[in-house]
Amino acid sequence: MFEGYGTGGPAYDEMFDGAQLRPPYLRMRDSLDKMSTPELITRVEALQASYLDQGITFDIGGEERAMPLDILPRVIEMDTWTVIEKGLQQRVQALEMLLADVYDAGNVFNDGVLPRKVITTSSHFHRQAATIRPANGVRVHVSGIDLIRDNNGEFRVLEDNVRVPSGVSYVMTSRRAISAALPETIAQHRIRPVASYPQRLLAALRAAAPAGVADPTVVVLTPGVYNGAYFEHTLLARTMGVELVEGRDLVCRRGEVMMQTTKGLAPVHVIYRRVDDEFLDPVHFRADSMLGCPGLIDAARAGNVTLANAVGNGVADDKLVYTYMPDVIRYYLNEEPVIRNVDTWRCGEPEALEEVLDRLDELVLKPVDGSGGKGIVIGPRATKAELDELRGKVIEDPRSWIAQPVVQLSTVPTFVDGELGPRHVDLRPFAVNDGNRVWVLPGGLTRVALGKGELIVNSSRGGGTKDTWVLAGPTSPGQQQQQQQQTQAVEPPVEAAADLPITDREVS
Amino acid sequence: MLSRIAESLFWIGRYIERADDTARILDVHTQLLLEDAGVDETQTCRDLLSCMGIEPDDAAKAGVDLDAVTIDQVLRLLAYDPQSSCSIAAIFAAARESARGARETLTVPMWEVINTTWRPIPSGHFEALRPPYVFQWVRERAALITGTADATMTRDEGWQFIVLGRNIERADMTSRLLATTALSNGAGQWTSALRASGAYDAFLRTYRGIETDRAAAEFLLLDRLFPRSVIFALNRAEQALDNLGGDPRRAGFQDEAHRLIGRMRAELEYRALTDLVADLPDEMERLQRTCAAATDAISRRYFAGAEAVAWKGVGV
Repeated sequence: MFEGYGTGGPAYDEMFDGAQLRPPYLRMRDSLDKMSTPELITRVEALQASYLDQGITFDIGGEERAMPLDILPRVIEMDTWTVIEKGLQQRVQALEMLLADVYDAGNVFNDGVLPRKVITTSSHFHRQAATIRPANGVRVHVSGIDLIRDNNGEFRVLEDNVRVPSGVSYVMTSRRAISAALPETIAQHRIRPVASYPQRLLAALRAAAPAGVADPTVVVLTPGVYNGAYFEHTLLARTMGVELVEGRDLVCRRGEVMMQTTKGLAPVHVIYRRVDDEFLDPVHFRADSMLGCPGLIDAARAGNVTLANAVGNGVADDKLVYTYMPDVIRYYLNEEPVIRNVDTWRCGEPEALEEVLDRLDELVLKPVDGSGGKGIVIGPRATKAELDELRGKVIEDPRSWIAQPVVQLSTVPTFVDGELGPRHVDLRPFAVNDGNRVWVLPGGLTRVALGKGELIVNSSRGGGTKDTWVLAGPTSPGQQQQQQQQTQAVEPPVEAAADLPITDREVS
Repeated sequence: MLSRIAESLFWIGRYIERADDTARILDVHTQLLLEDAGVDETQTCRDLLSCMGIEPDDAAKAGVDLDAVTIDQVLRLLAYDPQSSCSIAAIFAAARESARGARETLTVPMWEVINTTWRPIPSGHFEALRPPYVFQWVRERAALITGTADATMTRDEGWQFIVLGRNIERADMTSRLLATTALSNGAGQWTSALRASGAYDAFLRTYRGIETDRAAAEFLLLDRLFPRSVIFALNRAEQALDNLGGDPRRAGFQDEAHRLIGRMRAELEYRALTDLVADLPDEMERLQRTCAAATDAISRRYFAGAEAVAWKGVGV
């Protein structure tokens, strides 16, 4: 099966070190080697058909497509994961402190860690959020911080996503689909389960309810069926057992939010909103938005409803703010960052700008407020005309650009067009903050660029996903004896809502 | 339950029933045309289109000349063409669109069975199915969806809305089957109508083998035990409205839809059969108008959240 698999290139391959198999993939290689290619193809076809039947899709320009799920899982060792988990917890904590600070006292500016204008010039900075203090102090209820693995195999933070990160539904559905497609292989592994995510999220949302509400009503707010992530919104609402509402289902009266039911209006206390800030409330943001509900921001300010994630979080996603994160972590937590950033030039700084303009053809240029791979220019692959256009844009508005060296994302064997080949991947782990603890979903969304050599993994640009297996025990038998004494990573139960059953039952 | 979700469920009930019944009506008439050379194809097709609510304008827009309409054109308008809003293809697509908007409320098996019913339509597999197999396929899919709903849904408000939608639609569509059959001039058209409703054997047993047109019309219209009869469907719709309203009163009914349907049912039951069958198509059109008015009343009360509030005097 794996004969003729050529890694080559500077990128780190997660399965093979040259011709040498890396230990975490030992069991997978052994079990897949017993399978013939035609049999694997049959299973791939069954996998795709099951995704279409279940309607596991995403939308591009109004067209519904099945999410491409590669049959080969990606494996992450227990020890590697422990570091990632720690790094993400640290980063979310720092982001929480940063957001609380920039929308209130502003100590981080006064102490010279972060220039005030970096925040106030960010297109995602919303004055409307100033001095809103969330009930349990949490603004980043859910985060999806993107990680990549550099040429040495070290995980690095590529960008922060603390607005409305999406993709977690595919983590849950792909685990189910892969266990149906590769039952023999999955039986050979001990993998940390992912199915408890909805309960964790619900517990965090309930914990964030306005003060004095004993049994809060939680809802998921979706832009509607034509939104690209609509499938995810339905899955989360269903698995949490809460209503999925659209803006038109909500009404604000006297600073309280209610939903229209067959029996009249019913109060709403926590809104897990999957609508962007700009569309949330026509009173404060875009007046033409039909997706939100007039009065939401005022209700949140009055403390009668909690919006999760909080309004204004987008400043932390700004790629220029990202460049300050290592300092921000040191400033608030007095710790070194566990996971390093990718090296980045700030085009807003004159010396950096000069160097970037000189080396435009060898760097990656990213707009600071872009998402979904939009606007990114990869220097070595751009034409002269594209570079000239880019040069003009950067000179005109340097604040809006950062530059990074071309990082070869790591590769993982992927089954495309009937054969295995190395394809570039990133990783979006999801973290849920309930106010007491930041819980990280073991695994997360591995996005894979299906085109050969392609570096942009977004599903809107032809990317697919992979099931991500975090091993629950040590990788090789030798290590196993060595670490037998060590206690295993056992998760403490959810504290905020102990009355909720926490099970790792199958999520369908 | 959210008003928007309740509305989607109501329409899922209606659409699935409508697809089922459209297939049954088409089945009767394609069979009649095949079996009986004496039947006037153009006339039958014209009656069929008008009973199914396709106006001459709609037909003209779809390029169909009513003076020379063929059964193939009828099949296109009522079965295969997704652009024609009365076609089975369009109805299944609408059911799936409603289900998509209420997906988090539907059970997983329910969503999947509706989704897999829709998938052959964009993929072209549906169009490849020809009569009479296509009608059988539609009936089977509808039975599968209804059965899945029955086996997996909790009997809450949502269920009542599905049942309500299904039965209002069934009363409406059975009345259309009765009207088209009465208009048709072929021999044995009532036998076909009974067969299409799956009622033929039950009918023969009930009436001890005496097969008259009058008896067949009575069975499909007024039988209290046969589940596809108009009366049975109206009774079920009343029950569902009763469960939803949940407001026991000593006198009369407060709910507008309940009143409309109850009055229609009483009228059908207490009028002489001779009067009813004398002008069946007109009587049935009246029933269809009642169903439409009842649907409006239900929408006003349950689906327009804002109005319900004003009416109850809560908030503001």
